[in-house]
Amino acid sequence: MNRIEEMFVQAPYLRVDEKLTVDLLTRALREEVEKAGFDRVILGLSGGIDSALSLYLCVEAFGKDRVTAVRMPYRTSSPSSLADAQAAIDDTGVESITIDITPQIDAYFERFPDATPLRRGNKMARERMTILYDLSAQYNALVIGTSNKTELLLGYGTQYGDMASAVNPLGDLYKTQVRQLSAYLGVPQQIIDKPPSADLWQDQTDEGELGFSYFDVDRLLYYLIDCRYTREQLSELGFPSDFVERVTRRIVRNQYKRRLPVILKLGDRTIGVDFRYLRDWGL
Amino acid sequence: MRIGLAQIRPALGRLDRNLALHREMIQQAKENQVDLLIFPELSLTGYQLQDLTYEVARTMDHPEIQELVSLSEEMDLVFGMVEESPDHILYNAGVYASGGRIVHVHRKVYLPTYGMFDEARYFGRGRNIRSFETRFGRMGMLICEDMWHVSVPYLLAQDGAEWLIVLSNSPARRVGSEGLGSEQVWHRLLSTHAMLHGSYVFFSHRVGVEDGVTFFGGSMAYDPFGRLIKQGALFEPELVLVDVKPDQIRRARFQMPMLRDEDVELTARELNRIIAQRTEEGTRS
Repeated sequence: MNRIEEMFVQAPYLRVDEKLTVDLLTRALREEVEKAGFDRVILGLSGGIDSALSLYLCVEAFGKDRVTAVRMPYRTSSPSSLADAQAAIDDTGVESITIDITPQIDAYFERFPDATPLRRGNKMARERMTILYDLSAQYNALVIGTSNKTELLLGYGTQYGDMASAVNPLGDLYKTQVRQLSAYLGVPQQIIDKPPSADLWQDQTDEGELGFSYFDVDRLLYYLIDCRYTREQLSELGFPSDFVERVTRRIVRNQYKRRLPVILKLGDRTIGVDFRYLRDWGL
Repeated sequence: MRIGLAQIRPALGRLDRNLALHREMIQQAKENQVDLLIFPELSLTGYQLQDLTYEVARTMDHPEIQELVSLSEEMDLVFGMVEESPDHILYNAGVYASGGRIVHVHRKVYLPTYGMFDEARYFGRGRNIRSFETRFGRMGMLICEDMWHVSVPYLLAQDGAEWLIVLSNSPARRVGSEGLGSEQVWHRLLSTHAMLHGSYVFFSHRVGVEDGVTFFGGSMAYDPFGRLIKQGALFEPELVLVDVKPDQIRRARFQMPMLRDEDVELTARELNRIIAQRTEEGTRS
């Protein structure tokens, strides 16, 4: 039995119907993009599992000729990330561009030699975002998101950086489900098997930084968010109370990342408050 | 007789485009000898209208509505719209038109306002649950959430309906390991009511996506024994054709005479008692 199947033995409620889910996601993705007047998409490909799954969903939805994948390494990025991204590019046959972001990042931090890894990481994430949005104008392609539900809830991402996109096909999939669908769609095994990492500094891993595993937090999020279980009920299920506390705090503290900037109300109809329209207004 | 379920993909807030979609579907239905063509809930407007509700509302005598109604010379039509009443209340309405005129309007009674639904913020609540006479027999119209309240199909059946028409906009939700949760519950619901009331049930449902929310299509027809006789494709626009035999209603009601045996006086008496008790409850000191 492989790792994903082992997880579902423990947590069958996290399993999704693969064919149906891919069908729904690819149709919805195609409709949202085409309705907005675009017939091409572009996305950043880090070599990690999330952007790989986004890429495979895009190819499923649009065919390889309407998808552009962009690799944006920094000099400290792991060489294997670049190779893993290449494996996904070779496998899907999409057009790809590689832009080294080292010059602009280093030029900026010359002024701030003491900048923390966090500042550097955020700057890189936002640099990549500006490149994607620039190329989006060049290719007349919509930027497709790569943030899964787990990291969106935990706020484990950079606001206006990797969290920025026009349409995000992964936003309602927990990391465990991203793994399931990646295996289903044939994402290269080396990408599925490696430990998840933002790759912003050496030897960084998501689970090391977060202090818990994706599988544990996905199970908790399912009961906490989807089922609205109380603290007592979560404790009966065996989730340690300090773990529940830490995760809950993260979700609350990062709510701002999931919202538009706050507008200070003066008038009768204020954007985001009582001026209410879907993005798909009239499309 | 032949029923058509017009599984369309409406554009949000675009009456012009949606009217064109209706005309295309009516043409296609005509070519297929459809007697009664049923469009989904809010088929003229799209679903998650929010502030667009005010902009797409139409009075029943509006030329756009009357033009569509005039097409019911060809076949009976059921469509969904935002109705502006003479006193400027907006309703989520279903219209039954035949022979070029409006036969019946159902204003949605139960407005979902929870989770992702926001209807009571914009719509007034319908105050009537009435069946109505058509050239095919007595019908009852329900709009989506109305079907989730046992009292609505119950009252329509007691009021003589032999055909229940359900106009719906239902988001694809609860994608689990075993298919589409929101589709499965509709099957259970429609099958149960078709069987309990010995009525045909038609579920006309839309497709398309609004801000990432997918409406799953899969329009359904159930016979008076509670059996699925036809289902449209998931996610794809389609004219779903259903041939029905009105005699099935008679046979189902002979076989299972629940309608005959239902004691409405008892039901009314007990309901009145319950209402009186609830009213009392609020006044106890």
